[in-house]
Amino acid sequence: MDRLTPVEQRAPGRWQIGTVAAIKRETPRVKSFRIALPMWMAHLPGQHYDVRLTAPDGYRAQRSYSIASSPLDEPEIELTIDRLEDGEVSPYFHDVVVEGDEVEVRGPFTSYFVWRGEQPALLVGGGSGVVPLMAMLRHRRRTMPDLAMRLVYSVRAPDDVIYADELGDDALLTFTRSAPSGWSGHTGRLDGSFIAQAAGATTAGVAFICGSNGFVESAGELLLDAGFEAGQIRTERFGPT
Amino acid sequence: MSAFVSRGFTGRRRTSAELRVRLPPGQYAEQGFPVLTAGPTPDVPVGEWRLRIDGMVARPQEWTWEQFAQLPFEAVRCDIHCVTKWSKLDTSFGGVSLDTLLAQVEPRGSYATAWSHGGYTTNLSIDDLSDGKAWVVTEYEGDRLPREHGGPARLLVPHLYFWKSAKWLEGIRVMDHDEPGFWESNGYHNRGDPWKEQRYWTD
Repeated sequence: MDRLTPVEQRAPGRWQIGTVAAIKRETPRVKSFRIALPMWMAHLPGQHYDVRLTAPDGYRAQRSYSIASSPLDEPEIELTIDRLEDGEVSPYFHDVVVEGDEVEVRGPFTSYFVWRGEQPALLVGGGSGVVPLMAMLRHRRRTMPDLAMRLVYSVRAPDDVIYADELGDDALLTFTRSAPSGWSGHTGRLDGSFIAQAAGATTAGVAFICGSNGFVESAGELLLDAGFEAGQIRTERFGPT
Repeated sequence: MSAFVSRGFTGRRRTSAELRVRLPPGQYAEQGFPVLTAGPTPDVPVGEWRLRIDGMVARPQEWTWEQFAQLPFEAVRCDIHCVTKWSKLDTSFGGVSLDTLLAQVEPRGSYATAWSHGGYTTNLSIDDLSDGKAWVVTEYEGDRLPREHGGPARLLVPHLYFWKSAKWLEGIRVMDHDEPGFWESNGYHNRGDPWKEQRYWTD
């Protein structure tokens, strides 16, 4: 188990200048940025980093982004960023940042929405809410591939699937607006039967839900109906109501 | 301040100068009201709602919804600041000042833990709950406080980051020592003063 979560609770968090080592376009709206850190520290899957941009006149903007990578990827972290049209930090990353650029970050932070090796685990993500869940899935695949973990991933359309080339048998997708041609899986919003199918016997374990507030609200209700205890369900929400 | 400049960043969402002085460091003005909750949203019928203040007090007290409604109500206009970087300016809440509630129980300790339906806790000093700085609110923008924002009643402590303003408030325990609450045990700062940017443990 010590290989799974080798993270002690020591103080993280000084600002540092990382270097963008690689950029991958995941979808038309989403890119992943691998950032090499001079003061790397192992994170728990589910944790986030803060990013700070500074203009020449000193004006600054900060945002938090979930880590998508396994903590085995020393000395890098991967931040997957959804481009928000009216945003300030995400358009900068999408439109300006290129490989080799320096970015100011600090982390990893907070230890609630984190996976510490509990099983079975059901991960439920909506849209870019899949990002912290991917850190859990990736880390589990590399450390304990037999551990019972399943991802339920709700996306609008085929173009919106982040990490499409990495989703295997341990991921169940549903397309809420349009599915790929020939798709025989679930379509439409999450519902009780889909959750029951995905959860199987995992209602005895933990569940992580991440997405927009509306998504998390409805997914939370479905998991309670499926037999999960409220105390087993951890949620993370983003976006205004 | 470090000399680092982000190549090509100019800032496209700058707040007007008059509002900027109301934004603590690292915050941006948000028009919506984001919801941040660690678990599923509790549903507490007002008929079953109670507010309790106990612990190191001269007289522990419990109020029903009807009893609470008899207490002097205040309109509170304030800016709120979430540790996840958004601030919402000029919000309005309605509720009862902690000064009123604490006067009825007479605290004998200097610290408090607020607890909520669903098990959430947060710690505050009695100083941070006193002198017109904290309320138990049941109204938001003139209406009943919505469930997703903590209704029927939440704590409102706008001079600290908003995780201190516990939603679905059930009670406040006065204590003789400081004990980290939920987020304070999970990486966020023990006090959380946005003007000092006390976000995380090491800030």
